[in-house]
Amino acid sequence: MDQPDLRIKIGPLELKNPVLTASGTFGYGQEYSDLIDLSLLGGIVVKGLSHKPRDGNPPPRTVETPCGMLNAIGLANMGLETFLKEKLPALQKLNTAVIVNIYGHSIDEYGEVAAGLKGVKGISAIEVNISCPNVEKGGMAFGTDPDISARVTERVLKNSDKPVIVKLSPNVTDIRAIAMAVEKAGAHAVSLINTLTGMAIDIESSTPILANISGGLSGPAIRPVALYMVYQVAKAVNIPVIGVGGIVDHRDALQFLIAGATAIQVGTANFVNPRATLNIIEGLKVFCAERGIARIDQIIGSLKIPDQI
Amino acid sequence: MFEQNSKIVFNKRLAPEIFLLALESPEVVAEARPGQFVMIRVTPGIDPLLRRPFSICGTRGDDLFLILYKVVGRGTAIMSQTRAGEKLSVLGPLGTGFDLPKRDCNSVLVAGGIGVAPLIFLAQAIDAGKTAFLSGYRSENEILPLEQFGLDAMETLISTDDGTAGHHGFVTELLENHLAGFSEDPPLIFSCGPLPMLNRVAELALKRNIPCQVSLETSMACGLGACQGCAVRASSKENRTYFHVCQDGPVFDVQKLDWKAL
Ligand SMILES: Cc1cc2nc3c(=O)[nH]c(=O)nc-3n(C[C@H](O)[C@H](O)[C@H](O)COP(=O)(O)OP(=O)(O)OC[C@H]3O[C@@H](n4cnc5c(N)ncnc54)[C@H](O)[C@@H]3O)c2cc1C
Ligand SMILES: Cc1cc2nc3c(=O)[nH]c(=O)nc-3n(C[C@H](O)[C@H](O)[C@H](O)COP(=O)(O)O)c2cc1C
Ligand code: FES
Repeated sequence: MDQPDLRIKIGPLELKNPVLTASGTFGYGQEYSDLIDLSLLGGIVVKGLSHKPRDGNPPPRTVETPCGMLNAIGLANMGLETFLKEKLPALQKLNTAVIVNIYGHSIDEYGEVAAGLKGVKGISAIEVNISCPNVEKGGMAFGTDPDISARVTERVLKNSDKPVIVKLSPNVTDIRAIAMAVEKAGAHAVSLINTLTGMAIDIESSTPILANISGGLSGPAIRPVALYMVYQVAKAVNIPVIGVGGIVDHRDALQFLIAGATAIQVGTANFVNPRATLNIIEGLKVFCAERGIARIDQIIGSLKIPDQI
Repeated sequence: MFEQNSKIVFNKRLAPEIFLLALESPEVVAEARPGQFVMIRVTPGIDPLLRRPFSICGTRGDDLFLILYKVVGRGTAIMSQTRAGEKLSVLGPLGTGFDLPKRDCNSVLVAGGIGVAPLIFLAQAIDAGKTAFLSGYRSENEILPLEQFGLDAMETLISTDDGTAGHHGFVTELLENHLAGFSEDPPLIFSCGPLPMLNRVAELALKRNIPCQVSLETSMACGLGACQGCAVRASSKENRTYFHVCQDGPVFDVQKLDWKAL
């Protein structure tokens, strides 16, 4: 049989395969270039970018938890200007999609970063992180309110010439409401989930282990939660859904595709196994080939729910 | 830098909680410099999930590199159960190494407990001036046999917190005495160990303006400069707020760090 066709489309964006790296876990790609051939990836989502550079939180910033980890990096990054000058040129040379993850602490700031990327060559799409605190609303995350999420989306779309993916926060009562609001606002796709808020305590000193007190939980520990949210959102919206959360191997990836995700992102697994993404791509090929599946998109949303008695 | 499954050639106990692990990797051996580290995956599964960072403690021939480690938690306990012939996934060598002393320069190495690991590799590599190796332990039974690493020609001094061997007290007191012997041209200082000890070493070095390099430990998720989890505060004279220990270190000149924030 011919090689299975792994190409997929996320709105106007075509990817050579459905396997992307998740923001914040793969730096700007170059960090992994000694270890894997980056051009084999479906795409790279770079570290969250803000308009001005940000130092991030004081250490300790990470702690391991059962089958996962908490991070409170604090969205440390070099800022738009340095990114364009120092990191983008190497990314542009890669033969893979480059997606820039952006955030702000006000709607204006989201707009500024999006505007700064307008017209820039070699960026395939923008992913909007709406999980960060809104300073105008007392630090409540943008992504917990459907109206504010929609307004952020509108502003980014207005200032951008690229496909816009909105990355949803799982720290909400009903993630479908947010997904539907950003779809209505014009988002080309949604990705989910970002990390789940959690904490860890040192029992000897009775102090939080992270200097920031709380952090975001990622890794296999969150996979079932992520999978169910992807399933719910895929049913609720008509735009493509990108599944993220605890994906380690191709079996995990397949669960997300079957639940309705058009593509997936690999995050924490990159730390454990730098080849995780490439192994997943290989695993998907073999899975399709062995079952006579010609195109990966035949799997997307193929979930069968047995009839209820 | 490589990611590979390396064969365990031996994994033997040297002291109650201390093990010496030899892994086969001509690639890592060819690149390894004193002060660099590797990230080891202690299980092929997902629990414990993250790799553990360990300094390279030396090389043997063209094929083997050594890790000297202390069992402190689950990951290292699992590692201590692995046997010759099994394989461990190794990522490295990572980070920057020590700047070796130039001709005629004397050195003093100051280790606290398992902090001897990177300094053993350094001591083997130094081929300039005279070197003294000061190591501090909690008690006699923790003392590591430095002779095993071909360092018997070196001046080695030991301290124990409980006075069961060598100087009764802190290794930083040995350092103070050692430095007092040099009214001019003091030796370069290289150090690794627990933070309170490094703090004192840095204080002594900064007071006399002696060049001093320390190897730091922080929690690390990636080891590659990708996650920014391993931040340490830079001195206010630097043009940045944080360094990343896995990439900018783990070895730092003490002048570059903000010791009050460590
Ligand atoms: C650059 C570097 C070099 C090191 N070199 C050595 C060495 O040569 N020999 C040696 O015995 N130890 C060394 N360490 C410390 C070693 O990494 C920890 O002791 C080890 O990770 C503990 O794992 P655990 O699962 O047994 O402990 P647990 O406490 O169960 O670990 C839980 C989590 O905390 C992290 N952690 C715990 N203690 C430390 C620590 N001191 N530093 C960093 N992360 C920690 C672990 O990696 C793990 O993610 C080094 C650390 C760093 C950063
Ligand atoms: C260290 C770290 C940093 C992260 N930084 C960002 C970020 O800057 N922007 C963002 O949208 N998500 C960020 N994330 C979230 C991941 O992209 C991903 O959504 C989450 O980790 C769940 O996937 P995983 O379980 O595969 O890691 C970060 C995650 C980790 C572990
Ligand atoms: S451990 Fe990830 S950047 Fe240093």
